[in-house]
This record gives sequence, structure tokens and C-alpha cells, in this order.
Amino acid sequence: MNHRITNILLVGVGGQGILLASEILSEAAMMAGFDVKKSEIHGMSQRGGSVVSHVRFGTKVFSPIVPEGEGDILFGFELMETVRSLPFLKHGGTVVANDLHISPPSVLIGQEPYPDGLAERIRARFSDFLLVDGQKIATDAGNVRAANTVLLGVVSKRLSIPQEMWMEALEKMVPGKAVDVNKRAFLMGQEF
Amino acid sequence: MKRTILSGNEAIARGAYEAGCLVACAYPGTPSTEILENALQYTEINSSWAPNEKVALEVAIGASFGGGRALCTMKHVGVNVAADPLFTLSYTGVRGGLLLVVADDPEMHSSQNEQDSRNYAKFAKVPMLEPSDSQECKEFTRLAFELSEQYDTPVMLRSSTRISHGKSVVELGERVTGLPQPRLEKNPAKLVMLPGNARVRHPVVEQSLIDLSKAAATLPFNRIELRDTTIGVITAGICYQYVREVLPNASTLKLGLVHPLPFDLIREFAAQVDTLYVIEELDPFIEDRVKAMGISAIGKEIISLCGELTPGRLRSAFKLPQAEAAPAETLPGRPPNMCPGCPHRGVFYTLKQLNAYITGDIGCYTLGFMPPLSAMDTCVCMGASIGMATGVTKVVSDQEKKKVVAVIGDSTFLHTGLNGLMDMVYNNSPATVIILDNSITAMTGRQDNPASGFTLMDDPTHAINLPLLCKALGVKNIRVINPLDLEETRRVIAEEMERFEPSVIITNKPCVLINRADIFQKGPVYAVDSGTCSGCRACLKIGCPAIEWVPAGDGSKKGKARIDPLLCTGCDVCRQLCTFTAIGSVK
Repeated sequence: MNHRITNILLVGVGGQGILLASEILSEAAMMAGFDVKKSEIHGMSQRGGSVVSHVRFGTKVFSPIVPEGEGDILFGFELMETVRSLPFLKHGGTVVANDLHISPPSVLIGQEPYPDGLAERIRARFSDFLLVDGQKIATDAGNVRAANTVLLGVVSKRLSIPQEMWMEALEKMVPGKAVDVNKRAFLMGQEF
Repeated sequence: MKRTILSGNEAIARGAYEAGCLVACAYPGTPSTEILENALQYTEINSSWAPNEKVALEVAIGASFGGGRALCTMKHVGVNVAADPLFTLSYTGVRGGLLLVVADDPEMHSSQNEQDSRNYAKFAKVPMLEPSDSQECKEFTRLAFELSEQYDTPVMLRSSTRISHGKSVVELGERVTGLPQPRLEKNPAKLVMLPGNARVRHPVVEQSLIDLSKAAATLPFNRIELRDTTIGVITAGICYQYVREVLPNASTLKLGLVHPLPFDLIREFAAQVDTLYVIEELDPFIEDRVKAMGISAIGKEIISLCGELTPGRLRSAFKLPQAEAAPAETLPGRPPNMCPGCPHRGVFYTLKQLNAYITGDIGCYTLGFMPPLSAMDTCVCMGASIGMATGVTKVVSDQEKKKVVAVIGDSTFLHTGLNGLMDMVYNNSPATVIILDNSITAMTGRQDNPASGFTLMDDPTHAINLPLLCKALGVKNIRVINPLDLEETRRVIAEEMERFEPSVIITNKPCVLINRADIFQKGPVYAVDSGTCSGCRACLKIGCPAIEWVPAGDGSKKGKARIDPLLCTGCDVCRQLCTFTAIGSVK
């Protein structure tokens, strides 16, 4: 319940690069002088399962996991996973979601359809909702795989972390030859 | 001081480096695996994978007896395997400091049970530290080596998934210098645990635990934090963080050492608070002993014995209001799945077709349990598949004996499956064993093993020849198959199931995640010709994530299959299932 703590959830599907995005965010927050904690589950989730990464920063952070109903920002890399994690978000919280559908096994084998109206379900509960075509913007920036960094750029506008910390964190965490395209993707996300 | 963000596992590796550790040994297991993978960056530490946790601990024991500081890491169930040396190691004590790190998995995020390793500390008479964040992971690791040498005992450090895989800010230190140079030194009275020697050692161990319990009252890792004294909480590990989050005004006794307990400090704290709580995940390990001291406390009356604690669950336990949250939506689940192109998929498809009774084991292939493959009937622990198969054949009819097939990966076979196969040959079980050899320990994230041809340090090494090994054990029927060839796979498995004596089938295709180009490379991508596709759904029965059912969209059950070119590895298995020749490689 400490209001000086910023609670962020990064959610999506194993293999989407959620861990890297949450590391960049944590690194930037630490460089900005905050105490930071981050928690997620590796292991089974890496085989295409749901992934939830919790990042919390502020003057002093105790629990590494965000309690349900206390998330400030839900940062979704896939639409259905974004909806699945809505209970983490506080009333009036922000949703930044990538407009991407990845079918789970039951949908792939034709057992049930991929649910429709997901964006509407989010909007019905959270008015501060940004739906971003991360793939398109990342492609324009030079590489479709930088979609996560586009979304990070969008989210960065809502956080009190100085620009130079973001740039430094990107340089530190992103593999060498991908730094330029990721910086471009980040800046394009900030313009969204 | 350099500040950085480290996971608990990274911080433990860093702590071992700073402590002057010379040898680190482990068998991979979630959530402990990354400790050794990070120890690797410190060239002063000789880091290696062992075939199982028992060997890993024995290597560390040898390094300690040789006079060097040694680290051994494992997941909670690994201690079951390493328990034999551990229980006598407490009697011998150490020369170089020895730290056994065990990572528990409350909530079973990636485990078959949620046993509480603190019980091992008490049972094996070994001191145990429990850190609450990454900084403490590093500090306690350093301290553990010092305590180990000071009290002449191995020391355990217990982590949990939230500690090992959680990240927080850490201040780095320097590596200690001036430790004695390891050299051979004989001391058989202390290191040869024959009854006469062990009888001398046991009282020494008991006294040393009493001494440490007394000293623990003044050591800085056990501390009383007095705030509002109406509520006092004794807690340790990750639970300390949840207590501070949810009950910010409560007084706390934060324990860094959970065995032996600092009884004097507990009495002192209990006397200062009105109502005493013990907040811990899983077993009432601290609570039982506080109550045995005659101190009344509330613990498992409000905190579950099962699963992990969370701030929300702690708030419920204290009947505090929860934050208002959106209700959970009903959505299709997203369980983990075998990768596109995984060489295990065709084997499980075939076993299901043959209506086999499949005794399973621990690894990626445990996912053969998931629909649509739904091809696993038992899974208990590492290496159990073969012994269980033998056992089943001892009780069922001759006709049913032929249905029994054990399925085990290369790494798990070498871990503890080997002994099961010895027994199978020795006692002439008619079951069939399939070794799914994908040349890697895949589930925990692609670690090398004695059959993969590389060490943890990435140096090329001898790769155990599995067919020759089975032959040496006395298996007469050994068949090596290409699991991506469904006709061959079905024919060979059916023949061996029919055979009324031990047989071993070894698959020979590597894991698709191996990033050594000479071992695995993607083939040409496949596509479905939508004009030819009849919509029969045969290709969907293997549950490949690269194949998707696309409904016709007219409300009927009709539709066609589609292959995602970004995910397809060109394994060819789906093409073999298509009787309409609608699937082919894209030139």
C-alpha cells in the first residue's frame, strides 16, 4: 500500500522477450536512484506458457511481487495474456497492450476459438488504455523483433525515469548490433 | 561500491566468488540452475555439471577435504538424491568451507512436490541460512563459508523460487585473499566414518550445534526490529519481505539462521510483544520449535501449509482489506508445450496410437502428458520410469506386460535411470525402455551432460555412447531410431513392445534449442496447400505450436490447417500424417 512505490506488470507468452524488457526497465529504474525488485517464474513458462514479470521500484521496496489490485501499469505483449492479468491492476490503472494474438494450444488444435472483443473488455474497465501495433512500429524502426522496445517506449512516458537512464539501460542490456534499432524503436514508442 | 541488479542465483554465485570458493558443482534443477551458470564467469572457480546431485555433493566434499572452499547447488528434490553423503558429512565436518545451496519451490512452479528443505538441516544436523533478498544471498554465501570452517561443518543455504529468480539491488565486494593453499593432508580418524570414528564424531556435532545456537543470538543475521509491540512476528527468507509489506508497523524477529535457532533471542523477543506470530511458508518448522519452548504463538492456524505465501494471502490471514481488483476473466488456458520441431512429439504420438502404458520421467518430455498427445501415465521422480515399468510388469497379465513402456531423457537416464535399467536386465523385466536422447538437458534450459560431448565450461569432452552403455549392462535388444520418421518409429516400438525380454530404443535427434550449428539446424519450412487440404485435422493430433486450425468462418465445423513459417523447423512429422499430401516443404 506504499504509494511511493511504482508497480509494473509485464505479461505475455514465453519466448516473447518479456524478461529482457523487464531487465531494461529495472536497470533504468536503478540508474535513476530507486530501490528495485523484480520477480518472475522461469522454467515451465519458457515452453510457450503464460509469463508474468513483476517490477517494483521506489524509495524502499519489500515484496518482489505486486499484490492483486495494486498494479499501476499493466504492460501486455499479447492481448489475451493482458486480459488474464487485469486483476493485478489497481482501479484507474494504465494498460499498454501490444495488438497481437498468439493462439494457445487449445485454439491451435481447433478445440475453441481465440476469444474476441478483448480490447473492448479492457476498455470497459480501464479508460487509460493504449493499444499499440508494436509489430508495425518495430518493422518501421528496422526489426519486427524490437516490438517489446516500442512498448517500453510507450510505457516510459508514464514513468519518472530520465531519458538518459533509458538510453544507458538499453545500451547495457541489448546485444551490441541490435542497440541502434532498439533505440529507434524506443523513441518511436515514445512518440505514440 | 559498485551497485548492480542481481537475481538471488546470480548473487549466490557472486558471493561464492567473493568468498574465495575454488570449486562449484551441481546438477541443474529449477529454480537453482543459474547459480552454476553464473559461477562460470568467475574463472577462479572450477565449475562443473555432475550427472546427479549425489555426485555433485561428493565432488564438493572432496574439494573441501583437499582444503579448498567448495559450493554445491541443487533444487529441493535434489537433496533427496544427495542425502546419503550429506548425513555423514555433518559428522566428518570440513577442511575448506563447504556450502550446499538448496532452492525450494513452494507453489511447485516447476516441481513435482513442495518439500520443505529446512527439515533436512535439522535431520542431517547441518546449520542452515535463509536469505531474504539478493544482497543477503551474496552476504550469507560469504558468511556460510566462514561459519563452515569456524564450526567445522557443512552449511546449507536455503533459497526459494522468489529469492532465486527475484532480482534486487546488490553492492559488490572483492574476492578474499590469503586463504590457505589446498594440499593433501591425512586425517583418517575424522574423515573415515567407521563406527568407532563416527561414535566419536556424533557428540562433537551435537555440541557444535549448541554452540552455534548460543552464538546466533548475537550474530548480525538474526535481529530484533522493534516497532509497535502489540504484534510481534518471527519470520525468515522471502516471508520477511511480505511481513514488512503487509504489517509495516509490526515488530519482527528476522532470522537469517533457521537451524539451529537462537533460542535466547526468541525468548527475548517473545517477552517484548503482546501477540506472537510465526510467519513461514510450507511446514511449521520454526513454529513447532517455538511452541516446544513453551512459548505460545500463532502460525499455521492462519497460514497455509501448502503453496507459497503472497502479500495478498498474508493480508487475508490477518483479515486486512484487500485492494479492489478486476474479476478474473474466463479465457483459454496457456499451458507450456513442447517446442515446434521437438523430436519427442512423434514418439508420444506413436505410443498413444499403440495404446502403451507409459511410465514417464522428469524433463521436457513430461509435457507428453498434455493434450492432444495425452501420452503419459506416471511421473514420480528423476529416473523412476524404468523401475516403475519393471514393477508394473511384475503384477499385470502377460498380455498387459507388453503394453508397458518407460520413457526417459538422456540426462535423466544418466542421473538415476541407469540403476533401473540394471535391475530390469538383472531381473529380466519384459518392459520396453525408450531413451529420448536429444543430446542436452533441455527442460532446465539446455545444460550439457555426460552424453552431450561438452562440459559446463563449454570444453569438448567424451560423449557417453548410450547404445554401448546399454549393451554393457546386458541389454540384448538395442534399437536406435530416427524419431522424426513416423513409420520407422512405429514399426520399431511395436516390435520391441511385443518382445518378451528387456529392450531399449534410443532416439537420435537433437533438441531444436541447441545453438551449435553442427548439432542442430532448421530444415526448409513447410506449408499447407489450402487447395488440397481436406480439413481432416490429422496433422493437429501432434499438437505442434506451428500448426494452427483456421475455421472456415461460416459457422460450420469446417476449416483448414495452416503452418506458421516463423515457427516451423521443417521436422517433416506433420507431412507424414497428411494422407492428402497437402503439406510440403517450401522451396
